[in-house]
Order: sequence, then structure tokens, then C-alpha cells
Amino acid sequence: MNNLRLIFIGVLILFLTGWIAFVGYSYTNLGHYLPVVAEDTGDSNPGPLSGLARQGQKVYAANGCVYCHSQDVRQLDVTKSDILRGWGKRPSVARDYMHESPAFVGILRVGPDLENVGARQTSAAWYHTHLYEPGTVAPSTVMPSYRFLYRMQEIQNKPAEDALVLTGPHAPPAGWEVVPTPEAKALVAYLMSLNHSYTLPEAKEPKLE
Amino acid sequence: MSQGSTISISSAPVTTNDADRLELAAIDRSVRLPVLFFFGSAIFWLLVSSLLGMISAVQINQPWFLDNCPFLTFGRVRPAHLDSLIYGWASAAGIGVGIWLMARLSGVVLKQNKLLIVAGIFWNVGNLIGVLAILAGYSQSIEWLNYPSFAALLLFIAYGFIAIWGIIIFQSRKPGGVYVSQWYLLAAFLCFPWLYATANTFLVWHTIQGSAQTPINWWYAQGIFGLWFVPLGLASAYYFIPRIVGRPIHSYQISVLAFWAFVLLFSWSGMRWLIGGPIPAWMSSVSIVASVLLVIPIALVAINHYVTIWNDFDALSWSPTLRFTMVGALAFTVYGVLNALSSLAGFNAVIQFTDWNIGHFYLGMVAFFSMMMFGAMYYIVPRLVGWEWPCIQLISKHFWLTFIGAVLMVFSLKLGGLIQGFGLDDPKIDFITTVKFVSPFRVCAAAFGLLIVVGNIIFACHFVRLLLKLGIPNETATSTTTRNLSGEAVRV
Repeated sequence: MNNLRLIFIGVLILFLTGWIAFVGYSYTNLGHYLPVVAEDTGDSNPGPLSGLARQGQKVYAANGCVYCHSQDVRQLDVTKSDILRGWGKRPSVARDYMHESPAFVGILRVGPDLENVGARQTSAAWYHTHLYEPGTVAPSTVMPSYRFLYRMQEIQNKPAEDALVLTGPHAPPAGWEVVPTPEAKALVAYLMSLNHSYTLPEAKEPKLE
Repeated sequence: MSQGSTISISSAPVTTNDADRLELAAIDRSVRLPVLFFFGSAIFWLLVSSLLGMISAVQINQPWFLDNCPFLTFGRVRPAHLDSLIYGWASAAGIGVGIWLMARLSGVVLKQNKLLIVAGIFWNVGNLIGVLAILAGYSQSIEWLNYPSFAALLLFIAYGFIAIWGIIIFQSRKPGGVYVSQWYLLAAFLCFPWLYATANTFLVWHTIQGSAQTPINWWYAQGIFGLWFVPLGLASAYYFIPRIVGRPIHSYQISVLAFWAFVLLFSWSGMRWLIGGPIPAWMSSVSIVASVLLVIPIALVAINHYVTIWNDFDALSWSPTLRFTMVGALAFTVYGVLNALSSLAGFNAVIQFTDWNIGHFYLGMVAFFSMMMFGAMYYIVPRLVGWEWPCIQLISKHFWLTFIGAVLMVFSLKLGGLIQGFGLDDPKIDFITTVKFVSPFRVCAAAFGLLIVVGNIIFACHFVRLLLKLGIPNETATSTTTRNLSGEAVRV
């Protein structure tokens, strides 16, 4: 194998085959999804992200949430456990990620899957308390506190509407309150938008016995 | 092929007479500056990455650690650790070894090395901006691609220079055989820019719809390991094993076959990370097949390496290069077997999303690739500086700390991941219970990781001492004289 051209062209051709299959195919066939309008409700699914949720997606990326939380309910022929754990009603499909950028599929579950966390928890206060002091909501969690996304301030006249309800050792001193920063509000809006409970033509809700 | 075989064996790095030695010395001198620059900066990033890795290892056990400091929270430290390991340390070390091997095997004395120095500067500025940006909250949060677009662009420009240089050197090589290591280097130099440009174009610079990002991300992650780090590591092993035991590589035909199989199969095996994920089923099916078939070239490489060294095991006792390289070669074999096992759909369902995959990363990047690079550096650096390593005991300490640390850390992560995986697979077991299953293994992994970090620090100090020439002068640094581990000079 002393021929430079043979090595050069050989490597390019072999590499190109995989490139066409995975990059070319993804670009042309997975990169141009449109939402599907549901016949019964008239909603287009997946629904667009609100501006605030899109900012929240950036906060999610900046703080590396994906390093502990996946967003992927796996196919049933591979495992039923994701659905039986209540992490989703149906497996995730490519179209579910059309509004995501990047798509936070993830590689590790140090914490639970978040593909449908917005369906499980619907109260913004729950998210804020969880981010501020995870241990109060989920005992023995290994999630760090995201206190730096919150601000402690002196109460002016009356308590702020979005002040966190904190009790026990994490409560602020009397006359003070903890309020979310704009980043925290955006992040919570993004997390609450994570709800892929709708059905799609390619992803119907399966019946599990 | 048969003609190539004889030529290649004769050009295999086993002969040295005085004329050759002078020529090798001239070649070494001409690449001295760029190679030492890449090595030095690689070792700097190795220390940065080690520090970040230790912080994140403490944090996964003690989540309160540094949690009030946004720059140093787990979600930023971890990607900064990974990317500084991948790009700062491993790639730079690989580039240094690649430059040295390419010049030496092509028999080319560099007329000027400014292009490489410029590449090295771009390279380090890119890494610096990248790591600082991740810590400051500008991470892309894309696996293996956390650096923001500007840092990625600098790295890409640096790679461009290096690839152009590599191809020019290869073109102006002396007539004669092309050695196995050169094919691998050429493949690495060709694939890297293509991989990096594709992934950054679609995921970072000109982002495409999220639905299509996931498969491209994992095509990249597998490609960068299999078509950049693997060929760089194997190029090094194919050079140093025959060089040190003083006999040609066992079989030329086997190495040709394995080479082509690697290029094809690593290009096709990336989707095994997404089994059951949001991609078309055919993608993961074809990648499972490719990952299982990868066992064949990995076994062929193993046969080639082990048979070559078979009658010279005592060389391990005096050659640090051979020790590190053989551990890397063994780790690569283990990697191949576990990679095939992990890609079987039934088993993958258990270990996906667990620490098993983290263990797999370190098995590939530390136990295989870093070991290969350490081995190569122990050989190359004295020949560039003209002085011998100051202290044999430090080499020995570095070896044992890294070896024991890597084996036990990978084992803890894999075993912990397996237990966590069986827990996660059974929906009757609470999620938080599975976290409790795995936590003692995470403590062990952090402790064993600390051994590797201590080894890295020893290595870095030793490297600096050698650069400052605080050791034993060696007038014949380009010869193959080395010292055994008890300090005796040995002629290779």
C-alpha cells in the first residue's frame, strides 16, 4: 500500500459513505419537520416555544443541565422502563425536537429524564423551590442548588408576587424574601414547556399491559 | 501488496546505523520547536482538565461543593473538563506525536516550521477561549462540542494548517515504502477537518433543526474517537512497538485489512449511542452491526501488536515507552470488546444513560489514548531536548499511578453503571434508590481518579525538569540508548 492516492481516495470514499448515511440523510430527511395539526383539538404539535422559554433553553445550555438530565423516552422495543417510570406516555420521535436547539437528548441520567417534566409538574413555584434548594423537594438528591439564579432582597411594603415560599433552614431572615432572576424565570418557562404528551401520526400512545 | 510488504518492513523503524542516526537527529532538530510547543501546551491542558475533573468528581458526590459559584458549578465544570481533555490535552498531544512521526517516517527535514507554530498558537488561544467561555456560561451543551463558535473556528483554522503541513510533508517524503503509521496519520489528518467542520457547521455555526442534530452529534462523537484518536494512537503504537523490541511488525497484510475496516466501521458505528432514541431505526441497527464488526479489526491489531512483542516481554522492564504503549494496546482491546457488548440492544437498554458510558469514555481517552501519548512522549522528548529524563523513579511512579488509577476508575464506573442500569431498568425501584446504588462507586471513581491526577502532576513536573535540563546529559539522544528502570544505560 505504497500508493498515496489509493489511501487518500480510499479513506475519503469509506468516510463519505457514513457521512451520507448519517449526516446527509439527517439533514435532508430529519431537518425539515413541520408541526402536525391535531384533528380533535386543532393544536399544532409540537407547539412553538414562547420567547421566554427560548431564553430558558439558553440558560439550560449554559448551566449544562444536559450533563445530568436526558430528554429521551426510549422506544418500547428497546425498553419499557422509561414509560413505566412515568417519564412519558409514548416514545420520543425526531419531530419532538424540531423546536429544540440544541436537542438535549443527553447521555447520562444522574437525575430523572425531563422530556415531559412539564406534564408532571405544572406549578412554577415547585420549579423555583426545586432549583433554589433541591433537597427540600427531593430528599437525598444529588442536584446542586442553583441559588445563584435567585436574589435575596429586603421586602418593600408588601412581599413580591413571585417570592419563593421557603420554610425551615432555607427560609430567608424576617423582612427579607427570595425572588427569581430573569434567568430563573426563563429556565422555569422552558422546563414547563417540556411536554410532549400529544400524539403524532408516527408516535401514537402505546397500550402497556 | 507483496512488494509493498518487503519495502515496508525495510522502512519499518528497526534499523539504525550512524548515517541514519545523523539524519534522524537533523529531522528531530527541525521539528523540535513545534513538537515541544504542542507537548508543553498539551501537558498544561492535562493539568487544567485534571483539576476540573476532580472538582466535578467531588461535586457529583457532594452537590453543595462550590454550588454558590456559578463559574464552578457541575454543569459548567464537567463540559470544561471534557473539552479541555479532548481538545486541549489529547488532540494536542496527538498532533505533536503526529508531527514527529510524520517527519521522521517521511524522512523530511523541515525547512521552516512557522506554519506549525502559528497552528499551535491558534490552537491554544482557541482552547483558552473555549474553556473560559464554558465556565462563563457560553457552553453549547453539545456532547464533545461545548466550545462556542468562535473558539471552534480558531481550532478549525489550526487544524487546517496542520493538515496542510501533514499532506505537504507526506508528498515530499523520500521514495520508498509507506509505513503503517503513515496511513493512520494520513487518515487522521484527513478525517479530522471533515468531522469537525461538518459537526460545527450543522450544530454550531449554522444550526439546523433540532430533530436532525442528534444523529449528527453522535456521528461526530464516535468519529472523533474512532477516526482521530484511534488512528493517532495506533500510528504511535505501530511505530514504537517494533522500534523498541527491534523486530518488524508481525504481519503487514493484517495491518492493511484492519486499517480499511477501521475507516469504514468507525464511520458507521456512531448511532449505537442512540439505540431506542429519536432517530430512524435503521440507523441504530446498522451502527450495532458496525460496532460488533469492529471487534474484528481491533482483534487484528491486537494480534499484530501482541505477536510482535511476544518473545520480548522483558523489554517492558526497561522501556517506559513500551510499558505505556502496551497498556494502551491492552485497553484498546478491552475497549473493542466492551464497545461491541454495549451496542447489543438488550444490554444497551440497561447501561444507556448510566455511569457505564462515562467509564467507557475514560477507557478510550485515558486508558487507551493518554497511555499511548505518554509512551510516545517518553521516547520523543529526550531526543528533542538532547537530555535524558532526570529521574527513572518518577517515570515508574507516573506509570503505576496512571495504570492502577485508570483500571480501577474505569472498573468502578462500569460496575456502578451496571448496577444503576439494572435498577433503572426495573420501574418498581425508585429513581432515588438507583442514585443510592451508584453513589459508593462514584466515591471510588473519584478516589481512583485522584491517583491519575497525581500521576499527571508528577509527569508535568518531570517534563519541566527535562526542559530545564536538570537531569542527565545525553550526547546520543537520537540513538536508541535508554536507561532501564534501575538507572543502567541499555543499548536498544
